[in-house]
Amino acid sequence: MISLAGRDIRHEWGKYVFTGIGLGLLIGVTLTMAGVYRGMVDDGKALLDNSGAELWVVQKETLGPYAEPSSLNDDAYRSILAVQGVAQAANVTYLTMQVRSAERDVRAMVVGIASGEAGTPGWPPYLVAGRQITRSHYEAVADVASGFALGDRVRIRRNFYTVVGLTRRMVSSGGDPMVFIPLKDAQEAQFLKDNDAVLQSRRRTSENPAFNRAGVPGLLDAVITSQSRNPYVNAVLVRLRPGYASDDVAESIERWQRLTVYTRPEMEGILIGKLIATSAKQIGMFLVILAIVSAAIVAFIIYTMTLGKIREIAVLKLIGTRNRTIASMIMQQALGLGLIGFAVGKIAASFWAPFFPKYVLLIPGDTIAGFFAVVVICMLASLIAIRAALRVDPADAIGG
Amino acid sequence: MSTGIRIEGLTKRYGEGDTAVDALKGVDMYVAPGEVVGLIGPSGSGKSTLLKCLGAVIEPTSGRMILGDDVIYDDGWKITDLRALRRDKIGFVFQAPYLIPFLDVTDNVALLPMLAGVANSDARQRAVELLGALDIAHRAKGMPSQISGGEQQRVSIARALVNRPPVILADEPTAPLDSARALTVIRILHEMAHRYETAIIVVTHDEKIIPTFKRIYHIRDGKTHEEAGEGRALNEAEQG
Ligand SMILES: Nc1ncnc2c1ncn2[C@@H]1O[C@H](COP(=O)(O)OP(=O)(O)OP(=O)(O)O)[C@@H](O)[C@H]1O
Ligand SMILES: [Mg+2]
Repeated sequence: MISLAGRDIRHEWGKYVFTGIGLGLLIGVTLTMAGVYRGMVDDGKALLDNSGAELWVVQKETLGPYAEPSSLNDDAYRSILAVQGVAQAANVTYLTMQVRSAERDVRAMVVGIASGEAGTPGWPPYLVAGRQITRSHYEAVADVASGFALGDRVRIRRNFYTVVGLTRRMVSSGGDPMVFIPLKDAQEAQFLKDNDAVLQSRRRTSENPAFNRAGVPGLLDAVITSQSRNPYVNAVLVRLRPGYASDDVAESIERWQRLTVYTRPEMEGILIGKLIATSAKQIGMFLVILAIVSAAIVAFIIYTMTLGKIREIAVLKLIGTRNRTIASMIMQQALGLGLIGFAVGKIAASFWAPFFPKYVLLIPGDTIAGFFAVVVICMLASLIAIRAALRVDPADAIGG
Repeated sequence: MSTGIRIEGLTKRYGEGDTAVDALKGVDMYVAPGEVVGLIGPSGSGKSTLLKCLGAVIEPTSGRMILGDDVIYDDGWKITDLRALRRDKIGFVFQAPYLIPFLDVTDNVALLPMLAGVANSDARQRAVELLGALDIAHRAKGMPSQISGGEQQRVSIARALVNRPPVILADEPTAPLDSARALTVIRILHEMAHRYETAIIVVTHDEKIIPTFKRIYHIRDGKTHEEAGEGRALNEAEQG
């Protein structure tokens, strides 16, 4: 037996291929949407991996530092260091803000990293160019996604920083490139107001008779100093000694300090379950709509192609073709359309994914799931056409 | 030995109650193997209805039909697989050729034996032989849209013949053709009936071909009347 579907496709290949390409672009968009979600999850994991931490110590009862603001004193790390099982503990600040250079103005996540050496939690684990920060002020390491180059002078709030190193795929969970600067600078940046505001606040303080007392020399100065210093960080990143379970150490830190501690799995849960949950739902909604639209397109095309062959189908039935043969012809055509669409979609998605501003991660699992979804959708979509074909009366071939 | 076609007291009523139409009111007919008979009658007389009953696509109301060796209907179907009956025992030729546009000429003909389970190569060989017998072997690789109307009709005759059915039902097979081509088609039907011992009924209005039948059935008001025809021999000169 010859393949009726195959012959028909060959006969009308132009229409078929163009529909397949159209469907393919739609499938490409669908695969990309899935890739965007995977990219977000992966960005989140990269964020956690790159922080180099095994425990995150944050302000009590907050989901900090990524999903909620958290602030704790910058000397808390000393007592954490004393907890058994803790190998390293380092302050870190995160602040999403505009970073300006001569040419561009980039939304970035500014990370304040504790002084130390490479390998300190919070530090970028590897660089693609340049060197790590060595001076305690006004140096920065930026992610290449920011577009900054080595030697660029970038402005964060009031201060200028020289870009001395570049990283890759160091982004926030929102996909913003990271810019690392020394902790002290970052604390200042979080706190510093512009000159006017500083002057205003100083004037207000000195005009306050409670602070400016004749009998207490030095009080006003002490108050002003305390107002212009920021003793807070967003989190303490902890690395453990070998042989210690993160849950146990987290428990002992929480017992002795008035702080909340998250382990890696907990942190992942927060990032994926809380931070990107809404985006994930948004994307899920898109996927559903795209699936429906694809199904509608396949159904419509296959239905039209079938209606165009009603006379031939009546003849086929009259000369003894079984319903099964006719149904499988239509279903094969729908599947053929799906296969062309899938191939085009896969190629299109792989082609355009790198051009997206945020990371798009196409994983084989999604591709396989997508393939089966296309197969199922095409099969369902062909049912309407099959129903129409099976209702054709062979007597119609003979006519009136 | 095949009986050809024998119909006894066949009736067909469409619908029920007040709106019922008695399209056939007791039709008797006989076509011997190798014979071509004409079936003529005014519009609405029941020609198509009779063909549909014989073609096992609508069910008669009562009577008896014998095709080839089998009683296929005797106040009810005597055959369960009507599709296989149509495929193996009945050839159809329609007013328009109704070829499958996406199959080439050979496969349009070979499709029937293939549907019956014959291997592709054997089916194609049978098709090619038949196309040769119908003088269109040179068109065997063409697509239906690339050949003329007369050629298409010959391909559809080859398709009707390819499973060697004992019966061929032709519904106005010459309607779209000019007179020369119409005569060619009818000559081919006569030849094929003779060669393959096939009983053929040709429904027609076509004045040019009516004189070629030796026997003609007139159908009027759902009843048939047999009549002798001229049985005029066809000379090649007037054909296209
Ligand atoms: N499906 C149907 N339902 C009801 N009545 C029908 C149906 N088909 C045909 N008829 C009626 O049966 C009668 C015979 O119709 P039929 O189609 O057999 O005529 P015909 O001889 O083929 O006519 P024509 O030469 O115009 O094709 C007509 O009165 C017609 O209206
Ligand atoms: Mg009719």
